[in-house]
Amino acid sequence: MISFEIPERITNELQLAKMVAEQVMRPKSRYYDEYEHERPWEYINVMWPVLRDQNKRRFERQASNGSRPQREGPDYTILRLVMLVEQLSWGDAGQYLCTPDAALGGAAIEAVGTTDQKNRFLKRFGEGEPKWGAMAMTEPGAGSDTSAIRTVATLDEKTNEWVLNGEKIFCTSGSLALEESDGFVVVWATVDRHAGRAGMKPFVVEAKTPGVSIAKKEEKLGIRASDTVAIVFNDARLPYDHILGSPEVQQVDAASTKGFKGAMRTFDASRPVVAASAMGIARAALDFTRERLAEEGIKVDYTKPRFTWTAVERDLIEMEARHKAGWLLTLRAAGLMAHGKENRLEASMCKARAGETATWITQKAVELLGPLGYSRELLVEKWMRDAKINDIYEGTKQINLLIVARSILGYTRHELK
Amino acid sequence: MIDFELDEEQKMLSEAIGRFAAERVRRVYREADEEGQIPADVLRSGWELGLLPSSIPEEYGGFGAHSAVTGAIALESFAWGDLAITLDILAPGLVAIPILLAGTEAQKATYLPPFSQEEKPRLTAALTEPSIHYDPRHLKTTAALRDGHYVLNGVKSMVPLADEAETILVYAQESDGRTQGFLLPRHTPGLTVGEREKLMGLRALPTFGLTLTDCRVPAANKLGGDAGIDFEVILNHSRVALAAAAVGVARASHEYAMRYAKERIAFGEPIAHRQSIAFMLAEMAIDIDAARLLVWETAWLLDQGRPATQNATVMKQYVDEMVLRVTDGAVQVLGGHGYIREHPVELWLRNARGFATLDGLAIV
Repeated sequence: MISFEIPERITNELQLAKMVAEQVMRPKSRYYDEYEHERPWEYINVMWPVLRDQNKRRFERQASNGSRPQREGPDYTILRLVMLVEQLSWGDAGQYLCTPDAALGGAAIEAVGTTDQKNRFLKRFGEGEPKWGAMAMTEPGAGSDTSAIRTVATLDEKTNEWVLNGEKIFCTSGSLALEESDGFVVVWATVDRHAGRAGMKPFVVEAKTPGVSIAKKEEKLGIRASDTVAIVFNDARLPYDHILGSPEVQQVDAASTKGFKGAMRTFDASRPVVAASAMGIARAALDFTRERLAEEGIKVDYTKPRFTWTAVERDLIEMEARHKAGWLLTLRAAGLMAHGKENRLEASMCKARAGETATWITQKAVELLGPLGYSRELLVEKWMRDAKINDIYEGTKQINLLIVARSILGYTRHELK
Repeated sequence: MIDFELDEEQKMLSEAIGRFAAERVRRVYREADEEGQIPADVLRSGWELGLLPSSIPEEYGGFGAHSAVTGAIALESFAWGDLAITLDILAPGLVAIPILLAGTEAQKATYLPPFSQEEKPRLTAALTEPSIHYDPRHLKTTAALRDGHYVLNGVKSMVPLADEAETILVYAQESDGRTQGFLLPRHTPGLTVGEREKLMGLRALPTFGLTLTDCRVPAANKLGGDAGIDFEVILNHSRVALAAAAVGVARASHEYAMRYAKERIAFGEPIAHRQSIAFMLAEMAIDIDAARLLVWETAWLLDQGRPATQNATVMKQYVDEMVLRVTDGAVQVLGGHGYIREHPVELWLRNARGFATLDGLAIV
């Protein structure tokens, strides 16, 4: 039944997230934007104990439940995540990206890892010091076209180890995961260069593995608090069971892209999350613009007829309309997943629209605030820079439009390139 | 808990209307637009679907309960068939729903039971005024209380089916500045129905202007009795209905453009194989889905009895522009063929242009 009611347990958590956003993130927003390679420890230290204890309880529950089927009814996890990410990104999107958790790397392990692998790699997020997980997929020659990945994993049969060689770029929290904590990075590499997507496999690379080095810390347009690195693998050796899923390269056509499809599957959850982050930044800009204009006596009267709207009122209403559209598309994609339904198309729809909308709204906010908008004294110009990443990562707007177009037209990638 | 799935009843309703729209409406709508007339048998079958009685509770002769969300779902399916035919069939709802939402017991007992009969009640409503300064919250048409009667003066436009109406719900401004509704018998002295209007779109729907010169009605004919109505609620319900219809029109255009783009060959392959066309179609699909969610959200707020004016304003802004973007995009995808009246996309564009203007022409 159609409903827009947010469950109470989520609204309660959102209250806490709002406090963190207002009291921990916002006061340091400008600082970590200006000092790019420092870490937002205030935020990390607030979040880690909470997440650690949550994870610990979850692991204990999973262990005691064993293989019992999940409880009936909707699964709140993704909705809760989408809403928290929106609220934290409203606080500061760069700091939010430094949240100490297993992130996308963890999602890959949860999705295809064995019980033993989950225990070994994920348990650490329920104990000790802050840790990070990360995912490395993009390469200098393979961005959206992930099937062009060149990083190679070869099996050394004498030692039964995988040997990794290659280079990854744009890895979010890569340095936090590999050098600054006992984390890990899930690295996508090919076990057979001639097998295309069928040969692509995810490997868990532990922190401080010899032969793995951070080659470069990127300097970015926005989300500067977030750590983005290039990683070089030079004969990096991994134990055999660090591969996630089957090492077989299946050439039967239907099953041959299973590994790749596993990667794509994680996008169904991660795209709504990125969209939520975008909408959080957009809301920050919209709230701030509205407050500032109200101080100047400019306030939208929603009961006025359209012909009396000033240009500014019209802009504000348009910003609000587009914001709502992006947010509802995001909630729908997450809601479908919560109810156990397929959401591939809807995930791409919300991502394509939210990235663009956040980019537009934050640019509009800079415009409406005049010289204040352009000034680094305020955060609006920062939000505009932060917002843009959402139009790019987890699939650019164009890639997502391509997915939407193929889906609605019933086309394969051969018909619509 | 957040959920976007129709319930069983909504699915059945939407399918039944969708079937009627596809099998009956889509056979006649083009000619109806050209001729300015809708075949009587289509109107009768549309009425027999029973959408309005299904919104009216049993105690007033109906067989259901009112829900703006369900109404929005129904309107989208209906308008996917044709907007003019939809507005004709649902015109009596312009009186039924406001009475259901805000009428007195006596008004409900008088006006609602006829809805369960075979004949479509001859009822309509007049809100819009022919002025650039038209503002539903500050109407130029006035109603003044004098000796137990209200005296109405003013000019109205775009009143559907006014020529054959027995009662017209006329919205006017009372001396306190609030918009109120008044049930006027068609033959009230001073009430003149003008010539049929000539509109850019909706050409199959007969609409008329009204002139009210010292029209007297008993005070009991005021919608909601002495206390009157909260007009915001009526306006928001009406905006949900028209926005839902706009989603239906947009969806019709989008589907047609997609089919065309897959069949139309240029440079050796279907034009939908080109990203410039495929991306337009993808953006349109996203626009339509977003608009539908905005409509449902406002409808849901109304069903919960929560304040919805801000949502309704924002939704209307989005939907009015969305439906223009999408219907214009459909004409563009068809290129020169889209401009020719052999294809329906030009009709949908003309109808779509009305949504920013068509206040109060439907309500759910």
